[in-house]
Amino acid sequence: MAGGAGLIRRAALAGAGLLAGAALLAPYAVMMLTALKPEAELRVTPPRLLPAEWRPGNFWTVLRDPEFQSWLTVSLVVAAVSTALVLVAAVPAAYHTARHRFAGRGAFLFLVLVTQMFAPTALVVGLYREFFDLGLINTYTALVAVNAAFNLAFAVWILRAFFASIPLEIEEAAAVDGCGRASALFRIVLPVARPGIVTAGIFAFIAAWNEYIVGLTLMTDASMRPLTVGITSYVTAYVQHWDLLFAASVIAIVPVVVLFALIEPYLVGGLTAGSIR
Amino acid sequence: MYPAIELVRASFGRYSVTGLHQGTVGLRNYARLLGLEALPAVVGNTAVWVALVVAITLVLSLGLAQLLNESFPGRRLVRWALIVPWAASLIMTSKLFVWIYDYYFGLLNHLLAAAGRAPIDWLGDDRTVMGAMIAVGVFVSLPFTTYVLLAGLQTIAGEVYEAARVDGATGWRSYRWITLPLLRPALLVATVLNLIYVFNSFPIVWTLNDRNPGFAHDTMITFMYKIAFKSALRDVGLAAALGVVNVLLILAAVLAYLRAARWREEPA
Repeated sequence: MAGGAGLIRRAALAGAGLLAGAALLAPYAVMMLTALKPEAELRVTPPRLLPAEWRPGNFWTVLRDPEFQSWLTVSLVVAAVSTALVLVAAVPAAYHTARHRFAGRGAFLFLVLVTQMFAPTALVVGLYREFFDLGLINTYTALVAVNAAFNLAFAVWILRAFFASIPLEIEEAAAVDGCGRASALFRIVLPVARPGIVTAGIFAFIAAWNEYIVGLTLMTDASMRPLTVGITSYVTAYVQHWDLLFAASVIAIVPVVVLFALIEPYLVGGLTAGSIR
Repeated sequence: MYPAIELVRASFGRYSVTGLHQGTVGLRNYARLLGLEALPAVVGNTAVWVALVVAITLVLSLGLAQLLNESFPGRRLVRWALIVPWAASLIMTSKLFVWIYDYYFGLLNHLLAAAGRAPIDWLGDDRTVMGAMIAVGVFVSLPFTTYVLLAGLQTIAGEVYEAARVDGATGWRSYRWITLPLLRPALLVATVLNLIYVFNSFPIVWTLNDRNPGFAHDTMITFMYKIAFKSALRDVGLAAALGVVNVLLILAAVLAYLRAARWREEPA
């Protein structure tokens, strides 16, 4: 009897899971299906969910669009360079805070909270003034610097938890075997902490890839816009290429979802390790 | 930190429409801010936006996290589905919902028509635009919140529930008196981070409220942006003053919440 009840329970849970999953994915299914419609089909009443004529060529149209290519370049360069900067700065900082407990954990979490409060959104006016004065509007330098600065705190937060979970004994054992401190760091600690470094890196990359308001503000030149800002020009008050907008969005979203799925196993632990327990 | 200092400095300055600094004006920008006709509505919108998005997100996420904490066939797939709204850029999701809410060609009005109801101009009608924006706000906040709560649930040891069952606590009582109290740290983190993210959220309101003139449905963040870069005002000093107020306000809200939740700084 207990087995029967368990089976019903599992089926009910699976049903609820299916519903939740469908609700979460439904809007993106609409995005995908709209991206596959010919433009004329966007304006039929009543609207159809499935395309009458499938048009995968929309994706080629977008990929061949020189404007799209320049937005893609800007987004790739900014996300890659700012991620590299974040990791170079965050790894030593996180290692130091994990091994030398000079400040309280609560104080550390609060510091991260404060940097979240000073999110680019709240500071965008100040940021614009700063880069205007420096003459850096429409430069990679500006966008890379802002993204790196704002993703740094979160990266340190995640990495600290990973370093803290590596037993000190491993390093001590390495020291006994004649391994210097620096060499222990590079040959023992960093390889063990690789999942954490990958997680932090992917987080920083995605945050920079999806960033909108700073790009909108600092990159006023059409050819220097990142992808998030650029694609909005497919649909304005004057032109309405919803099919191309969504084809471009799918191209931008799919790689990020794959990256995110790769770090999914670490999300539960990594996100909260600094605060919970 | 420099942009923060620049923000405060700009809030005391006077700027031409082209952005040239024309000297300092003391607190006059703050005084002018209080005199803006649109301000009460914008503050009200912000309060409704933040309170409803955070509250609804937390309730739904509690359910989702509880579901994902159980084992059932297909759980992996649901977790992947949950990642998608998180990974997708906010601006793209916002544009997508503009399309879904579209009066003539949107899926939502199509569903209404199929149910025999009259179509609604979701983003053009004063009565529905806020609700429509809040729905999107909740949708994109769910993944992060659910993952934080899920992490909290997984730290609760199974023995606690067994002990409770021995003592006769099951179902709702076990949830109310065991799960919720033990989940408090995770709930705290989820609430505070959501308060900050939702308050600072820009793309959703910016995109969904695009068609409506004026400031009737703006939050303090989009209002600030419009003052600085888009409206006839083009006033960096005034926008910076609002920016300073925004940061102070969110700081005060978070501190008040932490105090209410009796936050203690644990020694490391």
